[in-house]
Amino acid sequence: MAEEKIIMAGFGGQGVMSMGQLLTYAGMLEDKNVSWLPSYGPEMRGGTANCSVIVSEKQVGSPVITNDATSAIVMNLPSLDKFEKDVVEGGNLLINESLIERKAERSDLSIYYIKANEIANEIGNSKVANMVMLGAYLELTKIVKVESVIEALKKVFGPAKEHLVPMNKEALERGAESIK
Amino acid sequence: MTVVYEKTKGLTEKQTHYCPGCTHGVIHKLVGEVLVELGILGKTVGVAPVGCSVLAYDYFNCDMHEAAHGRAPAVATGIKRVLPDHAVFTYQGDGDLASIGTAEIVHAAHRGEKFTTIFVNNAIYGMTGGQMAPTTLIGQKATTSPYGRSVADAGMPLRVSEMLATIDGAVFVERVSVHDVPNIRKAKKAIKKAFEVQMEGKGFGIVEVLSTCPTNWGISPIESLSWLKENMIPYYPLGNFRTPEEGK
Amino acid sequence: MAKMLMKGNEAIGAAAIQAGCKFFFGYPITPQNELPEYMSRELPKIEGGAFVQAESEVAAINMIYGAAGAGARCMTSSSSPGMALKQEGISYIAGAELPAVIVNISRGGPGLGGIQPSQADYFQSTRGGGNGDYRHLVYAPASLQEAVDLVMEAFDVADYYRNPVIVLGDGMIGQMMEPVEFKKSNGRELPAKDWATTGTKEERTPNIINSLALDPAKLEEHNRKLTRKYKEIEKNEVRHEDYKTEDADVVIVAYGTTARIARNAVDALREEGIKAGMMRPITLWPFPEAAIQKVTHTAKALLSVEMSEGQMVEDVRLANEGKLPVHFYGRSGGMIPSPDEIADKVKEIIGGVK
Repeated sequence: MAEEKIIMAGFGGQGVMSMGQLLTYAGMLEDKNVSWLPSYGPEMRGGTANCSVIVSEKQVGSPVITNDATSAIVMNLPSLDKFEKDVVEGGNLLINESLIERKAERSDLSIYYIKANEIANEIGNSKVANMVMLGAYLELTKIVKVESVIEALKKVFGPAKEHLVPMNKEALERGAESIK
Repeated sequence: MTVVYEKTKGLTEKQTHYCPGCTHGVIHKLVGEVLVELGILGKTVGVAPVGCSVLAYDYFNCDMHEAAHGRAPAVATGIKRVLPDHAVFTYQGDGDLASIGTAEIVHAAHRGEKFTTIFVNNAIYGMTGGQMAPTTLIGQKATTSPYGRSVADAGMPLRVSEMLATIDGAVFVERVSVHDVPNIRKAKKAIKKAFEVQMEGKGFGIVEVLSTCPTNWGISPIESLSWLKENMIPYYPLGNFRTPEEGK
Repeated sequence: MAKMLMKGNEAIGAAAIQAGCKFFFGYPITPQNELPEYMSRELPKIEGGAFVQAESEVAAINMIYGAAGAGARCMTSSSSPGMALKQEGISYIAGAELPAVIVNISRGGPGLGGIQPSQADYFQSTRGGGNGDYRHLVYAPASLQEAVDLVMEAFDVADYYRNPVIVLGDGMIGQMMEPVEFKKSNGRELPAKDWATTGTKEERTPNIINSLALDPAKLEEHNRKLTRKYKEIEKNEVRHEDYKTEDADVVIVAYGTTARIARNAVDALREEGIKAGMMRPITLWPFPEAAIQKVTHTAKALLSVEMSEGQMVEDVRLANEGKLPVHFYGRSGGMIPSPDEIADKVKEIIGGVK
């Protein structure tokens, strides 16, 4: 891995921001160079949200990802419409098939359809759909270890919410399985 | 020989620049005396405004901070938050407090900042040469109301004490006057009470002092005192608007 | 201390507290809200510390004026239109020679503008929007680690020179997350604040914090004293970073987050065999003039890249003293230049200076 530039996008409330933060945190725990850049402003109030995460072996240059994403994780249709074009040739496009009916238009990408919400519901909480997507993404790219994400989760959750860790771990694993 | 009167240590030796007959000097003296009598002169920080009393920092014998026009209550907020055990006061005129600085005074009161404001209302801008103030009376001539202030153009004069008394954080609000000796005594009592309220940490206090401006009113000092009594007091009634209940 | 992943606005607040800042006065405005929010959470935990949400930016900066006058380390923050309102107070603080740290997480303008990253406050920051002959240091961090380091340094520098210091970021710096580490300051020896309004205890003559001088001779004397101080700052505090400038034909001049994008462009150009480099001003005032003059001996052209319609380019031209062609590329209103756009501009310049 030289550098991964990931766009994560979805509705507000789908956990897109926290998914990005966890990946960034995990990268930091592995002593990689990382940055996390959110969209901000009125669009955050109920609209679509997205963040750009960079995990790199070298110093992170621009934290902005324009048309050079190596991967995109899209949780809803507007996000697919907006970011499909921004992934580099040969890059990864992970689509939440539970909420997005259409197929990807591009043929020069590695495209994965993941029933994230169904899987999350099977686990028992639709809120972990983001972790299902993240699990799939980590299986594909292996840019950080799943254990690092779990460690990051524990730090972010703190003792009060530590009981939620197993469910999130399961979601990560189920996501990974879904694309095997 | 018995000393029957001496200048308060609360003021410096510097001669003031105020016009003859102006009552700023009297009000300065009252504040200085109160600071000495309460034994807080050495732990007081005053904030001077922009206006006739812009040079007040040279006259009060305590640490002083010269503020931008209207911002004295914000500056005092900053000082008091850093020095919560000290006495902090602002000394402001009607242009400074009732015009450009309305947001700052209202919100200092609203937050219940624990400092004291001495508000000198002489119904005119003195320093800049006699322009109309928010407190200029109806019909009163000023250089920017040459035909006399009209309600149609400028609205009714602003009653600051009444307005601030509606704010919970303003725990002490009193309007006094310095046009004669009995009123000067009452003014001192109010100023003292306001500082006491501050030192007890009860909240924001303001004493509005009706004052004269013979120069810009264009009448003699003695006529000014009568003019204040006959014209200002009917519109700006004297008295206490708010005071903390005893024992609370 | 271990690295922490923090949002820029919060990292700036944490750095301020590490530097001994106990007082924060601010007013909400996007995209810097997480900074006052952080301070409102953390300062009450510190003995004697206080956070005040002011009624306006004007009031906030004047609270800083008071708190700084009373000798406290204090901070305010805002974003572009709010910074415009603070200019009055900044002028007074500079005039009265008080230390204060003021953070601008800037956004597009003019007027209400937008809320996306922008560098359109270069003039406001370096020329001052307030009245009178005054100057203040402007730090422009490009990463969160640098933001943290410079905020901590800013408090020392402000105390050392008795002068306000601006830390200028943009929405990207404020909103992004990066790992940060809080290091000890470099330990400048700082003068005692014997000028502060802390009460005379009736043991000394009153201290007076003031910017008024009605006597022209005295005011000129004061202005000249300030100017001598500013010359000292120019001499001692200029900071910049050179990136592959030694053999560069085109030297890009870019600061803050734009410099990160420009660095990507330099790398991409180098891969194509084009000798590009970058000079990144870390202090916008004082501007790294010597760094510009140095590259005029080796480079063929300068390119100022900014998220504005062209502001810093004026300082680049001044420092260049007519030696090299000075080009400009900018995006504004919250639009962010891409490395490709910058690289294309460099190629266009190379085509012209063969």
